Amino acid sequence: MNGTTITAPTIEYALLAPMLIVFGAALVGVLVEAFAPRYLRKSIQMPLTLLALIGAFVTTVLTALNGLPERAAAMGAVAVDGPSLFIWGIILILAFVSALLINDDDQFVAQAAAVPGSVDEEEAVRSGFAQTEVYPLLLFAVGGMLLFPASNDLLAMFVALEVMSLPLYLLCGLARRRRLLSQEASVKYFLLGAFSSAFFLYGTALVYGYAGSVDLRAISEALGSVSGQQTLLLVGVALLGVGLLFKIGAAPFQAWKPDVYQGAPTAVTALMASTVLVAAFGALLRVFWVALGNLDWDWRPVMWGVAILTMIVGAILAITQTDIKRMLAYSSIAHAGFLLTGVIATGSAAQNSQSLSAVLFYMAAYGFTTVGAFAVVTMVRDAGGEAGHLSRWAGLGKRSPVLAGIFAFFLLAFAGIPLTSGFFGKYAVFTAAVGGGALPLVIVGVVSSAIAAFFYVRVIVLMFFNEPAADGPSIAAPSVGTSAVVALAAAATVVLGVFPQPVLTLADQAASALFIR
Amino acid sequence: MTTHYLVLSALLFAIGAIGVLTRRNAIVVFMCVELMLNACNLAFVTFARQHGNLDGQIIAFFVMVVAAAEVVIGLAIIVMIFRTRRSASVDDANLLKY
Repeated sequence: MNGTTITAPTIEYALLAPMLIVFGAALVGVLVEAFAPRYLRKSIQMPLTLLALIGAFVTTVLTALNGLPERAAAMGAVAVDGPSLFIWGIILILAFVSALLINDDDQFVAQAAAVPGSVDEEEAVRSGFAQTEVYPLLLFAVGGMLLFPASNDLLAMFVALEVMSLPLYLLCGLARRRRLLSQEASVKYFLLGAFSSAFFLYGTALVYGYAGSVDLRAISEALGSVSGQQTLLLVGVALLGVGLLFKIGAAPFQAWKPDVYQGAPTAVTALMASTVLVAAFGALLRVFWVALGNLDWDWRPVMWGVAILTMIVGAILAITQTDIKRMLAYSSIAHAGFLLTGVIATGSAAQNSQSLSAVLFYMAAYGFTTVGAFAVVTMVRDAGGEAGHLSRWAGLGKRSPVLAGIFAFFLLAFAGIPLTSGFFGKYAVFTAAVGGGALPLVIVGVVSSAIAAFFYVRVIVLMFFNEPAADGPSIAAPSVGTSAVVALAAAATVVLGVFPQPVLTLADQAASALFIR
Repeated sequence: MTTHYLVLSALLFAIGAIGVLTRRNAIVVFMCVELMLNACNLAFVTFARQHGNLDGQIIAFFVMVVAAAEVVIGLAIIVMIFRTRRSASVDDANLLKY
């Protein structure tokens, strides 16, 4: 207008290709829902989803092979760096595996709008409706998960947080059986999730007020130059922390996790428990290391408290649980605590990259084991759906030794027994934490691992050394998808436990350059 | 003086947060969350004025869009649970516990 020229923003489409593929496929999925006849939808959506995830994974690998850019892409909004690519790889593989589980059988409601137990519902079930919206919702959520850990400014991060969460709120409410539980989980997750993202946003506003920008690098630079606004900054950082810690389910923001994990369809729980944790930890690391790395004297003591509380709350409350999915949820809380010890262990650049690599490896190992464990849960069935109550699992080892053996193996991996992936994950994180001077934290971690091992072993004892009940649950004949998921997860748990070196090396390489700014 | 606007925004945020914690109707709880988001918008716009850059104003637009998307999802979920239970009270949804 008055002489100023506006330069068009540059967008590195090649770097963002994984996200673009996933979002593109999600949009195509929505069109399929709108225009394809009902009987065709599933056979279009399923390959579309799987191909999109594979395509995104391939482009991620290609990007990694082509060498990393020096600066953040899309005008500094998205940082495609080593950690991002590693996290993308994990998320895409885990999402693919969960998608196989989601594909698999009739675990989703025939018609979500039909009131449970009504004539409408019977009608919908009889005419064989299927809620194929699940696939585009899954893809939107995965797209958000890809953007969340890679976003290099707080606005992109907030949008990614919502794009990731909103489809998940809906997916939680779509279970075919026990619909009241599922709907309740959905409403609780939604209200608490929206509450926490409001905190994240207000934190963003205050940090913006302090730094004059939401760019992570600009915030980091402002830490050195702006003076006299310390209160604004600290309150802002605390609120940001609340939003992020809620997503990883750290105590005292863990209350949603058991309810949501129990109520949601188990395939969706598998997706949430593995990928959301990975994405949220990526984002947490990026905010606290890139933007607030120079403020670590202020946030580290608080994080210490949160990590200790998370490990202890997760391990102790898991003992009292009687539902298998709830128990796994508390176990996931404890694991979030173990991962937090890695986040805290900052120091020199070498120390940082060691911690980062440990956290990345831990997330890969934990993600696979989790998906596998929930896949086993989908197979143990009662008349009314999955047999959630632990007492129903008694004697499973006598009925179905293979399945019970695999589940026991996953539990041992959660406990961190040597020769499973969990051992190397814990070892890496705790070594990094010792190197970062967080020895007391490691002691708490080891003690709560021991407490956690108690309830894992208790389930194993229950499965193998108790007599099965006469009317015990049946083992659903696994479909190809579910068996593939269990086999893959078990294989990953073994391989990462026996030959962890290739993945450790990959994590080291991804972490060596740390985050770009 | 932009300070007044910041105080107002903090007040709105606090009112929203207290509302979420104390109100029992899911719709009202959700409205309180929206109030918190609007408090954020006010803070963003005020800070944009203070810093003399446009970032905050742009962010406010993004937040509005996100809030609109959240309304769509939220009302769908709340209507779904209302049709099942004939109640939108968050106290009635108490099957998942311990």
